[in-house]
Amino acid sequence: MPFIPTTEENRRQMLKTIGVTDFDQLLQSIPEQIRFKDDYNLPDPLSEYEVTKLLKSIAEKNKHTSNSICFLGGGAYDHFIPAAVGHIVSRPEFYTAYTPYQAEVSQGTLQAIYEYQSMICDLTGMDVANASMYDGASALAESALLSSNHKRRQEILISKSVHPYHRQVVKTYCHRSGIVLKEIDIKNGITDLEKLEQSITDNCAGVLIQHPNFFGSLEPVDEISEIAHKAGAIFTVSVDPISLGVLAPPSEYEADIVTGEAQVLGNALGFGGPYVGIFAATKELIRKIPGRIAGITQDSQGRRGFVLTLQTREQHIRREKATSNICSNEQLCALAATVYMALMGKKGIPAVANLCVQKSHYLAEKLTGISGVEPLFEAPFFKEFAVKLPVPAKEIIDKMKEKDIFAGIDLFRFDYNIDNALLIAVTEKRTKEEMDQFAEILSEII
Amino acid sequence: MNIPKDLKYTKEHEWARIEGDTATIGITEYAQGELGDIVFVELPAVGDSTKQFEACANIEAVKAVTDLYAPLSGEVIEVNEKLADTPDIVNKDPYGDGWILKIKLSDTSEADNLLTPEDYEGILP
Repeated sequence: MPFIPTTEENRRQMLKTIGVTDFDQLLQSIPEQIRFKDDYNLPDPLSEYEVTKLLKSIAEKNKHTSNSICFLGGGAYDHFIPAAVGHIVSRPEFYTAYTPYQAEVSQGTLQAIYEYQSMICDLTGMDVANASMYDGASALAESALLSSNHKRRQEILISKSVHPYHRQVVKTYCHRSGIVLKEIDIKNGITDLEKLEQSITDNCAGVLIQHPNFFGSLEPVDEISEIAHKAGAIFTVSVDPISLGVLAPPSEYEADIVTGEAQVLGNALGFGGPYVGIFAATKELIRKIPGRIAGITQDSQGRRGFVLTLQTREQHIRREKATSNICSNEQLCALAATVYMALMGKKGIPAVANLCVQKSHYLAEKLTGISGVEPLFEAPFFKEFAVKLPVPAKEIIDKMKEKDIFAGIDLFRFDYNIDNALLIAVTEKRTKEEMDQFAEILSEII
Repeated sequence: MNIPKDLKYTKEHEWARIEGDTATIGITEYAQGELGDIVFVELPAVGDSTKQFEACANIEAVKAVTDLYAPLSGEVIEVNEKLADTPDIVNKDPYGDGWILKIKLSDTSEADNLLTPEDYEGILP
């Protein structure tokens, strides 16, 4: 439990600084007649030990990745977070820093943002990155808005192999914007190229895909890039940053915009958030990209300094003419990602990625060796794959939960019309013993 | 304040030099002074059409981005390519080298809706 002291002396000093002697003086503006004067209907206060004991008993009802083995994926993954990340992020200079609108007092934060942006450009091969978005889903949605705005066209094509929740968020952002959102069917677990070619017109502003996709499969990115560009559309790819440790950077297959979920870089699963969205693009689009951007410059004495730049695009200046209404970023999460990337570096991230590939393929082979278990798709995958089962996935998930294993995601829950299939993710954290145990329990259940 | 006599003006501080059925368009000395250092000009494409008093380009200064409203309707026949590398010519020479676009007029009578140099001077604070 963190220790946050407030002694009587602290209180007296704070009140003195404010300019009062008594807390009640701060309530003067509330009319006497409506001020509450009775006793609070609350139980008696507890001692520090009793509080600790109570909260602990409540918390222990949770199953989490520290007391369970996690094969969950679907956009958020159980990767290892080195201790250095938490140590640096929890420094009060970073942890309590406010939005860096006043450059003179925000050099630390602004430099951290600049480093983050630079590393994202390194990782993705793009020319420019912003200071981060709320999450991968909204970043993808913003790329749809940018595409339509920049091309002055109305249609956006999005592959059905993009995460169902991300597609929902894109739909929400496009609602009432005049954008016509069209979903492209999947074939064998990846975007159906034929359907894409049939659907694309010269009114198409952008093509949005996810790579690896929701099923963990690798998409035919070269072909999709070609189809998109032939129609004059902007090509956006939503990536798993860890996958860029082994997969080609999107610049190599001419992505115009790269978005993605950077939770995998040093951020905890945290019951669904806070996460952090990546947004990077080519130089051509620099004035169109949403969000905050940090830049490097010189002050009046020639010293290096960092500032927020290109702010005239932002909605607090451009107002109703702004192309996006975001004027924030996920700074603490982006900082965690920055520390992770700096620490792991050009050797560490590929090492993590390679372990993910090897381990996931080990497990996939072991599981499909069990009679009744088939791979759902034949497409190559990175660290996540789906298996077809002879029973509903829910059955497997429930039984595994009793053994403190989060078995995976039930694909029945989504708009794919797929029964009896389980989506399983394997990160570098999973050991051979854990995977063997998974296989053993699965073959017992079936 | 320099307000050339051979130009027509708008309330939004644009100027037009009309020569036959074409016009050259830019922003006034007053406008560039109010904006401050101009860092970027987003130009329309040649072939785009303009509509009188509707936004056809935008000008980005350090603290604001402002729309340029077309003084006249027509078709864009030329844009000032120099502005890509040196947008500050608009500050230095707003009526000359800092011109922004040239259009072929679709309706020469629209010039009647514009302000004379004297009218324009009258609206300046």
